[in-house]
Amino acid sequence: MRPPKRWQWHSNLKINSAVIDNILLTFFYELQNYFTLAGRTFARIFRRPFYYREFAIQFDKLGFSSLFICILTGLFSGMVMALQSLIQLKPFGATSYVGGMVAVTMVKELGPVLASLMVAGRVGSAITAELGTMVVTEQVDAMRVEGTDIIKRLAVPRLKAMLLALPLLTIVTDMVSVVGGYIMSAGYNINPIMYISGLPQFMVFQDLIEGVVKPTVFGAIIAITGCYVGLNTKGGAEGVGSAAKKAVVLSSVLILVCDFFIAKVFVVFRG
Amino acid sequence: MTSSDSIRMEKLCYSIGGRKILENFDFHLERGVNRTILGVSGSGKTTILKLLLGLLEPDSGGIFLGDLCITGLPESAFMQQRRRIAIVFQGGALFDSMTVGENVGYRLFEEGQLTQAEITAIVREKLGFVGVEPALDLYPAELSGGMKKRVAIARALAADPDYIFFDEPTTGLDPIGVYNICSLMQRLQAEGKTTLMVTHDLATAFATSQRFTFLHNAHMLFEGSEDEMKASNIPEVREFLAPTTSSLFV
Repeated sequence: MRPPKRWQWHSNLKINSAVIDNILLTFFYELQNYFTLAGRTFARIFRRPFYYREFAIQFDKLGFSSLFICILTGLFSGMVMALQSLIQLKPFGATSYVGGMVAVTMVKELGPVLASLMVAGRVGSAITAELGTMVVTEQVDAMRVEGTDIIKRLAVPRLKAMLLALPLLTIVTDMVSVVGGYIMSAGYNINPIMYISGLPQFMVFQDLIEGVVKPTVFGAIIAITGCYVGLNTKGGAEGVGSAAKKAVVLSSVLILVCDFFIAKVFVVFRG
Repeated sequence: MTSSDSIRMEKLCYSIGGRKILENFDFHLERGVNRTILGVSGSGKTTILKLLLGLLEPDSGGIFLGDLCITGLPESAFMQQRRRIAIVFQGGALFDSMTVGENVGYRLFEEGQLTQAEITAIVREKLGFVGVEPALDLYPAELSGGMKKRVAIARALAADPDYIFFDEPTTGLDPIGVYNICSLMQRLQAEGKTTLMVTHDLATAFATSQRFTFLHNAHMLFEGSEDEMKASNIPEVREFLAPTTSSLFV
């Protein structure tokens, strides 16, 4: 016999509220753990031992190895920015401003965001896969048994490497993008002096600070997210794969969300 | 024998996602008594080792390393006590990014109390003990399964622990590999180390232990010597020792 309709409605409501309860609880539990890991990692940055060798390895693996994709990203972003700007500026006879437009857009927004997204895809997944594999093969447990603080040993060197590497990579991306913009502008008979003289007209010193603060924050997001997801990996090889995917998606979304809020803060300070 | 020479679990409960792994579990590992925990796959044997090492947090009950109850304590608070215990994980759990030598000397490097030369001497001695000294500069990926297990034993020995836990030490090894691991365990016992092993390999268990604990459905069903186990009338124990056709696909 089928239950009365009213009973069914109540039953569905109960199930739905239980599901929502569960989702919310899981979300806040994960959020709490994420910030706990972030807090513990930052708290250990200046505590001994410093694991210099591990830091150097991570800086090379996470930072230097991403240089090429950042150069490519910067070059083609700068070129496409210049191309689009030139098309818009030409009817007004204002093509001399193209250098400034490319520079301000790249330094403040596109440079940090694009470089960070590229690094998040490449490095975030690598951090997660490496730590995830260590978790599922019990290497992390072995380290704990051997008396190692795994946050200090595994998370801190990666965080330090990203905090240093991503701003540097972003600066390279910005510089290459300005060069890329000029390569495109040269085709429109804009000479280098004209191109460079447009820069100070569009940019102030605060823009440069914004262009460095953003990748520093994004670097922390990539490292902490990679470590958090990696250290919470469950379920063997499949778990490692899905954890890597999760880390990239989460880092990318967090980068875009934080980009808005950092930009908002800088706009407020600019007055 | 004082309580400081033992490791205990009292009324321990542990569950994962609502599934009870251990319920009101009492366990006592005395110094000098080599013990094996037996049970079918998934019965919670490895969980016991991880709980004893403080790698997992129980739902309730107490775990005592000597006189210290470690339940709820941060790891740093019982690190000194845990130094007396080492574990050989099922897959070896060697650090991929380090050479065999670095793996074995890992704890000594971390502690930072010995010079490089002293650590190297200890590493060579431990690798020599397990018979893989020539592999000093190799990476774990370059080793066979048996060699990985032996290097893991050497790593466990580096800090000279009183207790060594073995998680399925002979799983996946050929008969010669099994024989080598059993011989190593017997030599360790002769040197005064106390071993606790979890396995479902009866031959290894009977060759290396004096006391046996049998786990079934989150409870300890049996505790005793080899003879007592073989004479046991508990159906699950009898089935485990001599599976019959009725146990097929159960």
